[in-house]
Amino acid sequence: MSSPPSWKELVIGGTIIEPGSTVNVRTGTWRTKKPVINQDACTRCRICWEYCPEGIIQELDKPFVSRKGIKYAVTYEVNYDYCKGCGICANECPVKAIDMVSEYE
Amino acid sequence: MIEKAVGKSTGPTRVALTGNYAAAYAAKMADIDLVAIYPITPQTTIAEKLSEFVADGELAAELIHVESEHSALSATIGGAAVGARAFTATSSQGLELMHEILHIAAGLRLPIVMAVPSRALSAPISIHNDNSDIMNARETGWIMLNASDAQEVFDMVIQAFKIAEDPRVLLPVMVTYDGFVVSHTVEGVELPDAEAVRSFIPKGKWHALDPSRPSSMGPIAGPDWYYEIKFGQYHAMRDSIKVIAEVMDGFGKKFGRNYSPVVGYMMGDADFAVVTYGVTWGFVKTAVDRARSMGIKAGAIKLNVIRPFPSDAVISYLRGLKSFAVVDRAIYYGAPSPGPVYTDVASALFMSGHAVPALNVIHGIGQRTMYINDFVEVFKELTKLDESKVIFMGVRE
Repeated sequence: MSSPPSWKELVIGGTIIEPGSTVNVRTGTWRTKKPVINQDACTRCRICWEYCPEGIIQELDKPFVSRKGIKYAVTYEVNYDYCKGCGICANECPVKAIDMVSEYE
Repeated sequence: MIEKAVGKSTGPTRVALTGNYAAAYAAKMADIDLVAIYPITPQTTIAEKLSEFVADGELAAELIHVESEHSALSATIGGAAVGARAFTATSSQGLELMHEILHIAAGLRLPIVMAVPSRALSAPISIHNDNSDIMNARETGWIMLNASDAQEVFDMVIQAFKIAEDPRVLLPVMVTYDGFVVSHTVEGVELPDAEAVRSFIPKGKWHALDPSRPSSMGPIAGPDWYYEIKFGQYHAMRDSIKVIAEVMDGFGKKFGRNYSPVVGYMMGDADFAVVTYGVTWGFVKTAVDRARSMGIKAGAIKLNVIRPFPSDAVISYLRGLKSFAVVDRAIYYGAPSPGPVYTDVASALFMSGHAVPALNVIHGIGQRTMYINDFVEVFKELTKLDESKVIFMGVRE
């Protein structure tokens, strides 16, 4: 990362004048535990997608066939660049298909 | 109908106004766009007068009657954030409830103007005047002007808009003055021609929210950013003294009433001086005359600006004196000296390398009566003063 600007170059009052600049902040680095979705156990109910406070559960057009032969049109994946590891998805998942796994083990 | 009434050119007129009405008339002549206000003694008559102006169609401003002073300043910030010329007023406990938001208004660098007729703080409850409330607000990042009479209130509110909206400043400005003694005393006030006021303070432009240039105001700033943003604010405050002097000078040229950050009285050959602000100024000037008739080379200075502290001007008056006093109408509990402005003067003097014995006079707490002869006594005390000390005048021992 290049060195940040001097105080003279900053916008008055700390106003952010670049729209959408939050994508530059990789909040995923805050995480101590990460959610891991078990694609075989997942029933595609969409509850994790709905509850995620950061909107980082992605609904992807990726067909998937489970070991029991159930065909799904979509797959849910976590965007680890921005997932803060709050664990709400794992807590809400009705079939316990999401495990919170330590980043340090 | 509103457009017809607003901006009517009348020429200068002299009217009888209280200090609070003078503030309200100045806000009206400044053609404010928004006022968010909550009543509190002794400020209430500003809220009443502005409401009347809006109801009568004399002022085309958005008037928001809020549920607290915390909300009053928050709504005022909202107005200034979208580029509106925004005004509010409060006193005492109201200023304390606003305290959190005072810092935010200054940190966002929004050019809000607020009138503050000062009043003592609870407990015990006092509706009467001293300067405890405004002195508490000195470190919030607001520029603070201090008026001694109704005419000064009017003039300083006009000056405040020009200072606040100057692109070199962009800081909120408080116009402080003594509650009741100024806020409710009827005096002759010269109101300038409305058009002349408007041409003196054309509406400024600042970093306001604008849908065509999306921005986010008031975000979080981490350790890599916060310090620099606050350093910029510090610089704006420090350098604003030049703009304040320039605006006061320009005001004098345009309207014929002269102002400067610090004014002196009989200071040319003075050996002893009293430093004042607010209504004490009037008493002290008469005390100077009486002390002079007794052969004491007395003088006085008055601070028209409390923040940024006008150190250079104060030191230029005080450095050659034999001794001086600072009269404070507020108590700093547990501080090295109990007077807040004494503390400022002492630190300015220390930093300039000058040493002059200085008396800290505490007086007029909770509007305890101050007499002119009290200040004659102060001058007598100054002639004997060889080391700095504190006296509490008017208190029953």
